[in-house]
Amino acid sequence: MKEEYSPEYGPRWSDQRVERMLGALVCTVVGLLLAMIVTVIAKAWPSFSHNGLAWFGAGGNVDDQLNAIFLSGQAGAEYVYTFHAWPLIWSTILITGGAVLIALFSALFVAVFIVEFAPEWMSNVLQPVVRFLASVPSVIYGLIGVVVLVPFIGNHLVTEPQKASVAGVISLTGYSLLAAITVLTVMIAPLMVSIFTDGLRAVKPGWLEGSLALGVNRWRTTWKIAVRTARPAIVAGTVLAVARAIGEAVMLAMISGSVGFAPNPADGAIFIFEPSRPLAPTIVKNIDQLSSPPANATLFAIAAVLLFSAALLSLTGWVARRSMKKYGAA
Amino acid sequence: MDSSVAAPRAPTPASPPPSKPPKGAVEGSATWALADRIGLAICWALGLLFCAIAVAVVVYLFIQGITYLKPSMLVTPAAGGFSQGESGGFSDALFGTMIVAVMGISVALPAGIAIAVWLVEYGRPAALARITESTIEAIAGIPSIVLALFGTVIFSSTALGFFSRSTEGVVFGRSFFAAGAMLSLVALPLIVASTREGLNSIPRHVREASYAVGKTKAATTRRILLPASRPQVATGAMLGLGRIIGDTAIIVVLLGATQNFAPVEGAGFPLNYLRGAGTTLTNFVYEASPTGNLNQPQKAYAAAFVLLLMVLALNGAVDVVHRRARKVGTWSS
Repeated sequence: MKEEYSPEYGPRWSDQRVERMLGALVCTVVGLLLAMIVTVIAKAWPSFSHNGLAWFGAGGNVDDQLNAIFLSGQAGAEYVYTFHAWPLIWSTILITGGAVLIALFSALFVAVFIVEFAPEWMSNVLQPVVRFLASVPSVIYGLIGVVVLVPFIGNHLVTEPQKASVAGVISLTGYSLLAAITVLTVMIAPLMVSIFTDGLRAVKPGWLEGSLALGVNRWRTTWKIAVRTARPAIVAGTVLAVARAIGEAVMLAMISGSVGFAPNPADGAIFIFEPSRPLAPTIVKNIDQLSSPPANATLFAIAAVLLFSAALLSLTGWVARRSMKKYGAA
Repeated sequence: MDSSVAAPRAPTPASPPPSKPPKGAVEGSATWALADRIGLAICWALGLLFCAIAVAVVVYLFIQGITYLKPSMLVTPAAGGFSQGESGGFSDALFGTMIVAVMGISVALPAGIAIAVWLVEYGRPAALARITESTIEAIAGIPSIVLALFGTVIFSSTALGFFSRSTEGVVFGRSFFAAGAMLSLVALPLIVASTREGLNSIPRHVREASYAVGKTKAATTRRILLPASRPQVATGAMLGLGRIIGDTAIIVVLLGATQNFAPVEGAGFPLNYLRGAGTTLTNFVYEASPTGNLNQPQKAYAAAFVLLLMVLALNGAVDVVHRRARKVGTWSS
């Protein structure tokens, strides 16, 4: 390749200039994030200030409240802000928690399998499979959930007496916690697996060999040494997966049932067949109401809660990883 | 459980001793305690379950897609109609996906590379570098629906009315510009992360050699470092592209509301479409699914099939890049 003195890298592209230009771009991105946080909170403020902490509490029917908020913005009358989001928050907690627990368990086993125990051909198959599952758009998972999983649950898993027992309250059609958790698990487990495998591969071989030399078998060596050493990666992967789960809007809007209802585990096993609607899908479902000022504030309040949980989550992950790194983990 | 034990291999003295003994040849699971063997069985079961899910998704969508996808759907726009036969295809959605992908990546790729270069090569003052790192991490963690809502605020402001349709001072705020800009934020963290990885893997002496022959930092970056980390940049770009193509929330909020292009009157050719609302494949699948407004599941299958083909193609491209990068080899320090 011909490489002579190139005037393009003369004073016009001097280091100072390039550094300043790149620095300006970086500052822009940082500023954009700050602007976003400020905007979302400012837009959400009316909803929070009218409700106080009751915003997070239970009381009344959320869907009716959302409707009343929307209509009050159109009539030109006094704005209504009364909103008690507990059913939505509870649904987010149930669906995210369930999916993350199952995904954490299975992703850990699959990652260990890929790194340590799978025969060559198997890990060569599994790695592309994991990457593929992680890259399938959520709307495709949602579609498959709606046309396959939901009818299956509705027709085969939910029994007629169960349907009859809650007939006055909600209808059990298959749009349920179970469907949402299942599909969400399939969505987030591959993310975890890919980060866990990176972490497990980074474990120093000497540590494992030391354990093997002491006569500990490979299975226990992996779990006691490799998995423990890779804890920061496990925390990082879990944080990422929880963030994705909390923010997942479209897939859950399709299969969670879209009813502002809080399934109660005290009702027995039937609660996993009950519909609900987490926070993020609520925004998608009510997006047409942005033009109504009080509804706008309410939706932004939901967004602010999502933003806050995302921030809290990455902070938790950062603290956890920092305290683990002290012990010389990878 | 015996399948985890590799068949005995004849030793080949000619080849150099492998750094790692072949898997399974070290120790079979036969001597393990029962609990350990159950654990290994769980590993196998879950691994096979992952494969089964992937195969099921692909096979199901291929069968449904081949059954319902007609070539005419790719070239006819959606139309009003009572039956699934009358309501046209999804050409507008297909083009919309391409437009959004090009717009998003053409913002995210240069910006992502620039941020990564600044972080790795400059990174002064250190405080700003740390803030930037957390910012990129934060953007990666922000739900796309929140980005979408933020987008409605930006692009509904009168100052930015140019980017979308505006009637009598009221800005519509939904356009390809708005969706593309917000989608670029979705792709940005992936591109930054993988470009950084590429730059960090280049040993220090390569840079020093370049400085020693009188190259500036900018020239070194442009001529040595970025070409050397091309595989990682390409990987990041394709991962970002996959996220852009697959995102639905931003499209529904900032672009959707229609299944056709809605060009703005009184603007030149490319601009009238870009300023108008439109749709993408993800939005089409969402609306055509049984829970959506259109409820045309057959079309949803067909569109999802096309979308899946795109994702598979991107995955394949990532694989090719990886393999080629491995063949060329990396820096030896």
